[in-house]
Amino acid sequence: MFWKKQLPLIIVFVMGVVMAVQYFVPHQASEWVYNTYLKWGITIGIFGAVLGYFSFFRVHVVKIVKKAPGWGYSVITIVCTIIMLLAAALDGMGTGSYYMKIYLYTSAAINATVFSLLAFYISSAAYRAFRARSTQAVALLLAAIIVMLGRVPIGNYVSFWTAFHLPSINAISQWILNVPNMAAKRAIALGVGLGSLLMTLKLILGIERTYLGSE
Amino acid sequence: MHITTDPWVWVAFFFTLSVYTFLWKDNFLYKIAEHVTVGVGMGFAIALWWQQTVIGQFWIPLKTDFAHNFHLIVPAIMGLMMVTRVIPRFAWMSRYALAFTIGAGAGLGLPRVIQASILQQLSATLLPINFTAHGLGYNLIIFIGVLSGLIYFFFSKEHKGVIGGIANIGIWFLMVGFGATFGYTVMARLSLFIGRVLFILKDVLGMQLS
Amino acid sequence: MTFWEKLEKLDRRIIYAIITLAVVLPFFFRMGLPISVSPEVKAVYDYIDNLSPNDVVFISGDYDPQVDAELTPMFEAIVRHCFEKNVKLVVANVYNPQGVGLVEPRLKKLAQEYKKVYGVDYVFLGWKYGASLLIMKMGQDFKSAWEVDYYNTRLEDLPLTSRIRNYDDIALVVDLTGSGAYISWIYYAYVQYKQKIAAGITAVMAADSYPYLQAGQLIGLLGGLRGAAEYEQLIHHPGLASVGMEAQSWAHVAIILFIIMGNLGYFMTRRKK
Repeated sequence: MFWKKQLPLIIVFVMGVVMAVQYFVPHQASEWVYNTYLKWGITIGIFGAVLGYFSFFRVHVVKIVKKAPGWGYSVITIVCTIIMLLAAALDGMGTGSYYMKIYLYTSAAINATVFSLLAFYISSAAYRAFRARSTQAVALLLAAIIVMLGRVPIGNYVSFWTAFHLPSINAISQWILNVPNMAAKRAIALGVGLGSLLMTLKLILGIERTYLGSE
Repeated sequence: MHITTDPWVWVAFFFTLSVYTFLWKDNFLYKIAEHVTVGVGMGFAIALWWQQTVIGQFWIPLKTDFAHNFHLIVPAIMGLMMVTRVIPRFAWMSRYALAFTIGAGAGLGLPRVIQASILQQLSATLLPINFTAHGLGYNLIIFIGVLSGLIYFFFSKEHKGVIGGIANIGIWFLMVGFGATFGYTVMARLSLFIGRVLFILKDVLGMQLS
Repeated sequence: MTFWEKLEKLDRRIIYAIITLAVVLPFFFRMGLPISVSPEVKAVYDYIDNLSPNDVVFISGDYDPQVDAELTPMFEAIVRHCFEKNVKLVVANVYNPQGVGLVEPRLKKLAQEYKKVYGVDYVFLGWKYGASLLIMKMGQDFKSAWEVDYYNTRLEDLPLTSRIRNYDDIALVVDLTGSGAYISWIYYAYVQYKQKIAAGITAVMAADSYPYLQAGQLIGLLGGLRGAAEYEQLIHHPGLASVGMEAQSWAHVAIILFIIMGNLGYFMTRRKK
């Protein structure tokens, strides 16, 4: 029990306190601890990544062996991974290599296109869901429209009221971003900051233990 | 206009169209593209991990200066112990590496988060409020917005009376903030589509655009 | 079904077709709309413009292909500016390995265009494991943080990187990201090492970044394709971001019309009920 549960909790506590205190102590020993941890932490991560790659292969190989629904797609995935590894091993990973080209013209192109689909969905959502149901919703809607117009060149042309020495839509949009938007986002950021602070303390003090997993 | 003869561009064009077929309905062309990107992306990442980190960050320092770097073997073993997570009987062994990195990460983050996300943010909120356009149009509104926004997120006290009133002002600020985010989100999503249109017009069809 | 009911239940494919036309047509019928420059973009431009030729700018391309359309134009515009000013450039992908495949070919192409010498005028470090740990390690000892460049040459052997000890030798870090990576740069490079940081972020993230800008934790900000277009205007090299801004304008108009139409349909059908 001690080796499986208490010791990891002690390690978290000691490491947490040492690294937090270290920030305020400009001593040589403190610097040594800091520098050594930076090296160790990076090395742990490098080899910890094996777990991720292992899980990836396991999921797809199990699917293929069991002939689970959609196993053919898993074959495609594994074959593509192997092709990339062979390309890197045989042709290198430098400029203009097959490794770079395959990535840029398949994976990068597909990923970019998948995300571009969101342009259609957000247009549809704007049409169907963006309703002025309350005065506060009107505020949201107006801010969105002003930012949408104020951040594109056509915003310069719709500000006909500038003839009466009133601020252009670009200027209003800039003010919204710098003042009310900034204040709202700062309130959220402060909340998130305080929340992450409490979470950190819960981790160091051993109150939060979900990272230990089951058992 | 000069249509490309580069086979790589045509490959990218084929996959671009395959993904767009999803707008009609889910189909096997989209699914193939989806799995190709996962496979290629994973192969790309594994090769990079091997060459840049295992060789670059671990093996080369060990080879060039073993005396000063031999201690790195300990964290390397700790990292490999993470793999025991897939064997239920030995999964507990992965906890040491996790505890080491989580504890240190929490300790490293603590003073820096307090500084950047709390103290510096608060000090940037407390600006001189005077009877100038900037003092009233910027500094005062920022102060009111941050304070009322924070009170809105303070759930330990019921939102009634003065607290309720201030929290209500906070909602207005948050609504304007979400509106700005929505406006920017529309912009972002359309930019991604513009990027693909530019690829088709410039790289595939060879149009002179800039 | 009345006209207003039909309007409220417009087929999604019609919306898709309209948005496609709003994006594609402006490339064929250009109006040459002028792009004004915002203070946050000008701040980044001015900072780099005032650097001397031996100063080093560190660009971290912490993004993946999903946001390539927004961030690569920023990357190209900033690299062009640095190359034109003869400012030395160190490029890496601290937070995102996928960024290697996007940044490396573009950097090489621009270096060829400006006849820059690898190792002397610019260096590409690629991706190494560590993220925030790597950022902190760069503040302690830059060379031991990276050890080798992307092509496995030791940093000691490259004239440019051999003289970089830590953040004291880096004039500016520019983080291009579609995530919250720029906040980590603030935590680990700005707070502890007082490193100057500029962020180039996707438009989705842009509204959230203003508190950091106003607090002076960022010296400037490029937000989305618009930010890239503004930078292109400043360096007098209008590229794809500037070209895309007309399509962006008309697509925004289309979406605003969608919102108005959707609300009209909603209120008119409600009134009848």
